[in-house]
Amino acid sequence: MSKIAEILQKNESELLADWMKEQLTAVRRRDLMNDGELQAQSTDLLRSIASAARNGNVTDVSGSDWAGVRERLTDISASRAKQGFSPDETALFVFSLKQPLFTRLRNELAKDPNAMFAEMWNATVMVDRLGLMTFGAFLKAKEQLIAQQAEEMLELSTPVVKLWQGIVAIPLIGTLDSNRTQIVMESLLSTIVATNSKVAIIDITGVPAVDTLVAQHLLKTITAAKLMGAECILSGIRPQIAQTIVHLGINLNEVITKASLADALATALQKTGKTVVRIDKQNGKAGENKDGAEVKQTPERKGA
Amino acid sequence: MERIPILRMGNFLLVTIQVDMHDQLAMTLQDDLTNAIANHGSRGVLIDISSLEIVDSFIGRMLANISGMARILDAQTVLVGMQPAVAITLVELGMSMPGVKTALNVEAGMDLLRELVSAHRMETGDDDSEV
Amino acid sequence: MTTLKSESVDIAGPTDVVILRQKVRAWSIELKFSLVDQTKMITASSELARNTLDHGGGGRCLMEMVSNGARSGLRLTFEDHGPGIPDIDLALKDGYSTGNGMGLGLSGSKRLVNEFQIASKVGEGTRICVVRWK
Repeated sequence: MSKIAEILQKNESELLADWMKEQLTAVRRRDLMNDGELQAQSTDLLRSIASAARNGNVTDVSGSDWAGVRERLTDISASRAKQGFSPDETALFVFSLKQPLFTRLRNELAKDPNAMFAEMWNATVMVDRLGLMTFGAFLKAKEQLIAQQAEEMLELSTPVVKLWQGIVAIPLIGTLDSNRTQIVMESLLSTIVATNSKVAIIDITGVPAVDTLVAQHLLKTITAAKLMGAECILSGIRPQIAQTIVHLGINLNEVITKASLADALATALQKTGKTVVRIDKQNGKAGENKDGAEVKQTPERKGA
Repeated sequence: MERIPILRMGNFLLVTIQVDMHDQLAMTLQDDLTNAIANHGSRGVLIDISSLEIVDSFIGRMLANISGMARILDAQTVLVGMQPAVAITLVELGMSMPGVKTALNVEAGMDLLRELVSAHRMETGDDDSEV
Repeated sequence: MTTLKSESVDIAGPTDVVILRQKVRAWSIELKFSLVDQTKMITASSELARNTLDHGGGGRCLMEMVSNGARSGLRLTFEDHGPGIPDIDLALKDGYSTGNGMGLGLSGSKRLVNEFQIASKVGEGTRICVVRWK
């Protein structure tokens, strides 16, 4: 058994005490973790390192003997990331084990400088690798969090609203990449079915730029809606966008386009057989319909 | 031999496709429908695919074909009830079925058929006043 | 990549295309694909099975549930000993809105999956491998 393993075995409580002292001076976040928890976490980690070192290679921390330690380090990194520790702080937690370990090695091997050097080198390699692992695990946990938040944001940013009986609208804000297009399509199409809507208004006032790819995505959405039996109106086309579309040679001939959402709504109402009618203020009830307008079913013209 | 039933409603024919069709069944449907249109002098065909969870390019072409053949026999066709996932997939496949009229459901489809048939009648000066 | 389970399906006639679709659906559900992803994969398998049948004279499809560490997915390998495809690039081109011929089946399927590989030799046969990840 290597000296390191021996020391980890025999001097657990002293090592722990020294390690805790190191941590208190190095980096101590009492606001995030109390002493009791820190003690428990340190003890658990030290014991699993001791057992891994006893069985095999001290420096081969990627081997099967060290699986338990790796698991603990991953858990510690993830939980500390959630608690608000920075990755440095988590890594320092591991690195601060060096001082207590070196001290003991010097004491035990004072008479054999070559052995002392060799074991100290092994100790530093071991602790370095374990510390680096916490960085890797920390990063992975953060990446997962970011991915999850990105997905939630995607869902939030594509609301489909019902404008009237049979008319829905989806105001697009931000860029339209293929990932977002999928979500927009699914959201829009399922809402069309749920609300039994014949017309869908896609408003792109909030889309900063329309290139060939964005246009393709929009066209895919419009085609899919048409296959299902709903017609799309593209609105909110700013003059610069109109210019870009023509310059790029994008073909929007099959699509109804309107400059403003208001125009799109008027067209949509017409297509669903509705008319907006001015109410005679004298006949209308007081306080009702301030602007005196009402949406009615367009009367059918006789003799189709 | 199994076939997909075709219902007759006055001047219209109604087909509900509910099973995962294999090629033979699809071809049989095509034959049966064109025969029925001719035999009954039908003016409109409503095809309900709200139960179809998969429409590949073969089925898509078949549906477009039926629409084309019906038109030649002087009948309008409306396809109803395509599921969102199916629509998304067909578009990705590259099938936009340009000549095919669609509606959200049977009710909307029947309304559309009546409109199409009467508009067509105006256009072709057909004196047949049955609907 | 590790294979968790696999099954070989013969594609000899039109009913086999339907059988394959149903199996692909079952596996897609097991892999917890979203409804749209399920539909895309099943439709792709239908297209490719048809190609194997119509242009390859029949063949087989090897279904595999695979995993590459973090993700799990469905891999389908279609193989036939038919005439082969003389010009693969041409076969993979398509007119977006027209729906005719072999081109649409291949190029369309490519858009429905995450990974698409094709190897073909005139006179020997064709192998097409597609993967959809969860």
